[in-house]
Amino acid sequence: MNIVVCVKQTPDTAATISIEEGKATWGDAPLVLNPWDEYAVEQAILTREELGGKVTALSLGPEEAREALKLALAMGCDEAILINDPLFESADTLIVSRALAAGIMKLGEVELVFFGRASVDSDSGVLGSQTARRLGWPSISWAAAISHHEGAIEVERMIDEGRQVVRSSLPAVISVVKEINEPRYPSFMGIRKASKAEIPTWSAESIGIDGSLSPAVTWPEMFAPQVKSAECEFIAGQSAQEIAEGLADRLIAEKVI
Amino acid sequence: MDFRISAEQELVQKMVKDFAQREVAPTIKEWDRKQEMKPEILPRMAELGILGVCIPVRYGGQGMDYLTLGLVCEELEAVDTTLRVIMSVHTGLCSLGIFQWGSEDQKQNFLTPLASGAKYGAFGLTEPGVGSDVANLTASAKLDGDEYILNGEKTWISLATKAHTVLWFARTSESAKHPHAGICAFILDIDRDGVTTGDLHGKLGVRAGSTGWINCQDVRIPVGNRLGEEGEGFKIAMSCLDNGRYTVASGATGLIRACLDASVAYAKERQAFGKAIASFQLVQQKIARMAKDYEASRLLYMQSGWLKNQGIRNTRETSIAKWFATDASFEHASEAIQVHGAYGFSDEYDVERYMRNARGAMIYEGSSEIQTLIQAGYALGLREDASLRRELPAYDAEYWLAEK
Ligand SMILES: Cc1cc2nc3c(=O)[nH]c(=O)nc-3n(C[C@H](O)[C@H](O)[C@H](O)COP(=O)(O)OP(=O)(O)OC[C@H]3O[C@@H](n4cnc5c(N)ncnc54)[C@H](O)[C@@H]3O)c2cc1C
Ligand SMILES: Cc1cc2nc3c(=O)[nH]c(=O)nc-3n(C[C@H](O)[C@H](O)[C@H](O)COP(=O)(O)OP(=O)(O)OC[C@H]3O[C@@H](n4cnc5c(N)ncnc54)[C@H](O)[C@@H]3O)c2cc1C
Repeated sequence: MNIVVCVKQTPDTAATISIEEGKATWGDAPLVLNPWDEYAVEQAILTREELGGKVTALSLGPEEAREALKLALAMGCDEAILINDPLFESADTLIVSRALAAGIMKLGEVELVFFGRASVDSDSGVLGSQTARRLGWPSISWAAAISHHEGAIEVERMIDEGRQVVRSSLPAVISVVKEINEPRYPSFMGIRKASKAEIPTWSAESIGIDGSLSPAVTWPEMFAPQVKSAECEFIAGQSAQEIAEGLADRLIAEKVI
Repeated sequence: MDFRISAEQELVQKMVKDFAQREVAPTIKEWDRKQEMKPEILPRMAELGILGVCIPVRYGGQGMDYLTLGLVCEELEAVDTTLRVIMSVHTGLCSLGIFQWGSEDQKQNFLTPLASGAKYGAFGLTEPGVGSDVANLTASAKLDGDEYILNGEKTWISLATKAHTVLWFARTSESAKHPHAGICAFILDIDRDGVTTGDLHGKLGVRAGSTGWINCQDVRIPVGNRLGEEGEGFKIAMSCLDNGRYTVASGATGLIRACLDASVAYAKERQAFGKAIASFQLVQQKIARMAKDYEASRLLYMQSGWLKNQGIRNTRETSIAKWFATDASFEHASEAIQVHGAYGFSDEYDVERYMRNARGAMIYEGSSEIQTLIQAGYALGLREDASLRRELPAYDAEYWLAEK
């Protein structure tokens, strides 16, 4: 089975965001493989281990994103491809999904595509579904368990209301939540392979995207949310009754009740 | 000169860091209080290949170079010293000792299970009556046909109750001209009749680790378990320490980094006199010194790692790296407590554990005084490295990675 896992390089989750000149920045925080994507990579590898085939890690991003792809390779992906082109510099998810779908089509004969639930930096969580729509394939989000049945899959989705079991034909696009597995660490053998691997770069043109791309979503302004300051006040009294009365008076005065 | 580390080394570093941060850091205080090693740690380090990181693939290892061993130790000790102690005795002292001095048979039989992590290794040099003064150790080995009979006790032995294989040092001759010329090294399987072991408790530091004693009473081992020649034991022990000290140096570097990171984070957050304490120059001075010594320690151990990779003797350089980094790590752990004020004095934060752990490294693998004597010896021309019958082989990627 040909499996693709789409990954993104993001700042470390411990990084703090600040706004400088209208742009979000993480300073010089270390860049990592988007933590949610680790679950997607793990699931892709588990699927290959169960059904055979090949896992390709696909990322749209700057040159540095190779590092994230290397980690995916070290974990056990067979191949990695970087989609990189100046055209994608201010891409929104609509453009990224278009590029990823084009990359998946170029790979050919793909049956399963995995995404992480969202990326920890922009946190839109829509890329999996958008890419599925572009491919014309079923989109199954929030997958917490997957089982395979002759050309079809059964997926347990983790949704606010509880668990939902859905069936789908293949090919399909699945985004996974962290309950689905426990991502492995890269093995030494994987690390050696990854560090020697050639990661090809695909330009926009090579996946059939040309002309100017204008994002549907732009960020005209960005600002950090105001820090809310809270004051703590202790209400004292001789008895529970007195304290409760004091509390009620304060709440009424504050127009809370 | 190229100070960059390779993509491979970076990935190994990250893997080890993730392991330590995710699987050890969250519960380390608990195990430290219990004075026990978390049982999953050794099997997990084995499974991940960490225990055999720099041993050739043909002997069950992962085929990385000596510098990677240092990088691994730095990451491990940035979380807890007990993790690095495992690398010091299992990998640095025991495995590399067999790799350097062992016959092909010994490497196949003893090194391979150690490097693959099927077995754990320890290093038995110190005795109740003898620590720094190694040459005067009293454990004995008597040749009896094609066997040696071992008697004696070793104490302060890391992994004493966890290890399967111990490098054991004993005296074969009372009549040698110099006491050090009567010492011999053995590869002792701990399950032999007459071997007993136990743990020591009540230590100041490395409490989440295992330190104990090993006793041999009329233990018979085949001549084939002798490492090197009779009389070569002292040289073997010292050459093992060139590798053990390297892991201690790189680990202590990680400890300094942990002190620095904790102090920076706390100083930015803690307010006093209407400001973050990071804005006070006296606090800044502590942090600046940590940054300085972190960098210097790292460069020193990287130099040792580089020398090892080249196959160049590094006793002097490794001793400086160990001495500098361990003294500095204790100083900065203490300063990190100071930056944390009263909170640093409690185990709510990690820095008090850092200080307790750092203290031991100024004693083991050659105390700071012994390192001082070594350096004075080199500087004054009183000491010279005699060449060894077997040197630690230079790193050769092709040989290290080949299956056979
Ligand atoms: C946590 C821990 C783990 C250990 N693990 C191991 C292990 O796995 N295997 C092993 O074999 N040993 C191990 N040791 C033992 C360690 O190597 C010894 O403690 C060390 O060699 C010092 O020996 P000693 O404790 O007997 O001190 P001593 O040798 O008695 O020294 C006492 C003091 O005298 C000083 N001193 C000694 N000689 C001189 C001199 N000539 N000039 C100036 N000062 C001198 C020392 O520096 C020290 O300050 C471990 C120790 C600890 C604390
Ligand atoms: C065992 C113990 C017993 C104690 N008993 C008592 C007690 O009985 N009663 C009591 O009231 N308190 C007690 N204390 C609290 C103690 O007095 C405080 O810990 C001490 O005043 C330091 O305050 P802090 O811990 O909040 O550190 P902080 O004031 O937060 O200081 C943190 C760090 O910043 C440094 N720093 C702060 N301001 C500056 C500056 N302007 N310039 C440079 N550096 C600065 C400090 O020196 C320290 O290194 C006790 C503490 C301990 C550990």
